[in-house]
Amino acid sequence: MADVTLTIDGRLVTVPAGTTVLDAARQAGIPIPTLCHDPMLSAWGGCRLCVVEIEKMRNLPASCVTTATEGMVVQTASPAVVEARKTILELLLANHPEDCLTCHKNGDCRLQDYAYLYGVRGGAFPGDKHAFPIEDDNHFIVRDMNKCILCGKCVRACAEKQARHIIDYTYRGFNTKVAPAMDLPLSQSDCTFCGSCVSVCPTGALVEKAMLGKARRWEVKKVRTTCPFCGVGCNFDLNVKDGRVIGVTSNPDSPVNGRDLCIKGRFGTDFIHSPDRLTTPLIKKNGEFVEASWDEALDLVAKKLGEVKAAYGSDALAALSSARCTNEDNYLMQKFMRAVIGTNNVDHCART
Amino acid sequence: MAGLATSFGSGAMTNSFADIEQTDLLFVIGANATEAHPVAGAMMMRAVEKGTKLVVADPRRIELADRADYWLQLKPGTDIPLLNGLMHIIIKEDLYDKKFVAERTEGFEELKATVENYTPEKVAAMTGIPVETLYAVARLYATSYNALICYTLGITEHVCGVFNVMSTANLAMLTGHIGRPGSGVNPQRGQNNVQGACDMGALPNVYPGYQAVNNPDARAKFEKAWGVSLSDKVGLTIPDMMEAAVEGKVKAMYIMGEDPVLTDPDANHIRHALESLDFLVVQEIFMTETARYADVILPGASFAEKDGTFTNSERRVQRVRKAIEPIGDTRADWQIICAVAGRMGYPMTYGWPGDIFDEMASLTPSYAGINYQRIDACGIQWPCPDCEHPGTCVLHADKFTRGKGLFKGIDHVPPAEMPDAEYPFLLSTGRILYHYNITTRHSAGLDAYRPEEMAQLNPADASHLGVATGERVRVTSRRGSLLTKVQVTDRVPPGMIWMSFHYKESPTNVLTVSAFDPISKTGEYKVAAVKVERFTESGGMPDSRPPAL
Repeated sequence: MADVTLTIDGRLVTVPAGTTVLDAARQAGIPIPTLCHDPMLSAWGGCRLCVVEIEKMRNLPASCVTTATEGMVVQTASPAVVEARKTILELLLANHPEDCLTCHKNGDCRLQDYAYLYGVRGGAFPGDKHAFPIEDDNHFIVRDMNKCILCGKCVRACAEKQARHIIDYTYRGFNTKVAPAMDLPLSQSDCTFCGSCVSVCPTGALVEKAMLGKARRWEVKKVRTTCPFCGVGCNFDLNVKDGRVIGVTSNPDSPVNGRDLCIKGRFGTDFIHSPDRLTTPLIKKNGEFVEASWDEALDLVAKKLGEVKAAYGSDALAALSSARCTNEDNYLMQKFMRAVIGTNNVDHCART
Repeated sequence: MAGLATSFGSGAMTNSFADIEQTDLLFVIGANATEAHPVAGAMMMRAVEKGTKLVVADPRRIELADRADYWLQLKPGTDIPLLNGLMHIIIKEDLYDKKFVAERTEGFEELKATVENYTPEKVAAMTGIPVETLYAVARLYATSYNALICYTLGITEHVCGVFNVMSTANLAMLTGHIGRPGSGVNPQRGQNNVQGACDMGALPNVYPGYQAVNNPDARAKFEKAWGVSLSDKVGLTIPDMMEAAVEGKVKAMYIMGEDPVLTDPDANHIRHALESLDFLVVQEIFMTETARYADVILPGASFAEKDGTFTNSERRVQRVRKAIEPIGDTRADWQIICAVAGRMGYPMTYGWPGDIFDEMASLTPSYAGINYQRIDACGIQWPCPDCEHPGTCVLHADKFTRGKGLFKGIDHVPPAEMPDAEYPFLLSTGRILYHYNITTRHSAGLDAYRPEEMAQLNPADASHLGVATGERVRVTSRRGSLLTKVQVTDRVPPGMIWMSFHYKESPTNVLTVSAFDPISKTGEYKVAAVKVERFTESGGMPDSRPPAL
């Protein structure tokens, strides 16, 4: 496709034809704030925060849904643009709980970021506020629709990424609310709790229940890893605080899955800290398991395996390796059986 | 794996997950993707919403069937007749890719002679799928530019699993739907690292990279690298190990991260095998049903507590990163194995898992160009023969791993055990969305959400038995018996009861049949004969009546 050259904030920028003004600006390193835009979802142009001024265009167009054209002259931070953005933020804050002190998303909230950036406080437009009940009757997601800014990213993620269409806008005007059909809670809908909606929410409207109250966002160390469940090989970030995994968040850089996960990957890793974990070697004595030291247990294993090998030969031993362990664990297990025990009796449940 | 290895020379997904959204036709057979591989399932649903055609072959009306252009509700265990029937039509109507067949394959005449016998009328009678649907699907598959076959354990967990797989390969080769983006044959692996465990040689017949233990050159290479002499005798598969344990030939076992008592077919046979051992060491993160039989339990660290790699279904080698220190007094599995080896007079000294990976890669041609630095951001799909190689998204692009693709004429093999007067229901098993084998039972949220088995039963049968959703039934096979709650749903056909295998309280595998594919040794989890009786606390247990058919 041909390229087009436009001027953004006085700089010449060349992009492929069809690129939006927003993407052209971002490629040139010029920041434009967005709330409803997401590169992995369809462009919607609903929040209007990305408005810019373009010569010879009426009003202020939303840059996320405006295609860059040859010779276009764009200003991303003119006084008119800044004033419009401030007003948009004031209108959003007019109906937003001033709850940042205890909000789980404090420090990782786009609305908070932009209010700070543009110096906008609440109170500019006194009026009605929502008083929706907080929905926390399921095990995985807490929905506080009072914090929803109606950006629609969750609606599009559910429809476009998961192809499930569980949630959509309901009601009209001030009463507009994102909800499943018949305004039922998620627990009574066909929702499978994949949490894609949570992964795109820019505010504290949708949060992971298990992580509530566990850590401020800036205290969390994120460690990208590969999911231990099915064979798709999704990547995600383990969220760690004080040596404990408190939950999982999506990582858009994941090669296979992007931000998509399923209920198990996103909400099932708490088995790591299950009280049922085995935490010490155990040796069975008189039919009962007794706690043992590593030396004691390893010595016994080595002795017993050695005795069986000496008495009955290498092929009297066999091992099951594991389709849940790492490649390195598996490599060593087969090497151990072949090189140390001397048998090829090693298998795993490739067949299940 | 054995099936695709025979047909193509390599037993792995021929394509990448991204191909799901690039193809024209998805042919999903024996794969409940939205539950077993949910993110891949979402890709499929997304593709369908954008116009990709979808054919689903499954006895159950799985979620994907609701979105399908054609849902082929075949009778369990009739995959081979279905695929042969489609190929019969494709050949009869001259829709096959003659150039591809001539240049890239061998054995076509054998295939043609076999599928000649599978007329649409005969196949309709065997599978239960109407003749006109067979014609429509055969034409759709053959005439789509790109077509992607996706299967999982619904194809492999049969006594004829390998033949089922080879039949899917036959179909793809017949129409040239292989070897390019959007076209191929794709087994989605059930577990996170099945692909990797196979690649690593955790199999009785091959070293890492599928180098045969009875190949003298391969053996010499590993003998040199490991500094020991190695056995040229192919080892035992899991079912054979269990049999040998019962017979007293295998005296000791070392089980790492597996729970055969809960997950292998015919659980009572497995229990008997483990009880027969002189010594059993189990390396685990939880007290599993299998661990209870151990003499020594070595506590392993979970995936969050160690470094390493997993290889996913599309052959992508990706990093596992240590996020926290091992819980309690646990240790990473690789460290435990090193410690045991050292005590047995064979020092294994590795600074960290990266060293193990490098040793493995130096001995494994398909991994030779992979290291932790290269896979840090995006992983790499094998084969990757050298450090300049970008990895391989699509296998068999110009030629098959084995040279020419091999057609095999394959005839119907009925399941080992079919319903009869005494055991009138057909039991089929699988995984549900909310659990992953056994680990997820230890997730507070998931276990609270789906705390117990909900066996699926058709409304007609439920009505005969007098049970409603949430009530309990006793399910009995020739091998065992259990209690389970039922979910009454027309997602299963009359005469079938479908259960998962996640719950030790309703251990489904006490029921399943101890019958295996003779080549792959995969158990037939998908078909067993059972009887189903209403169960009441008061002890009333009326006789089961035959299902309404």
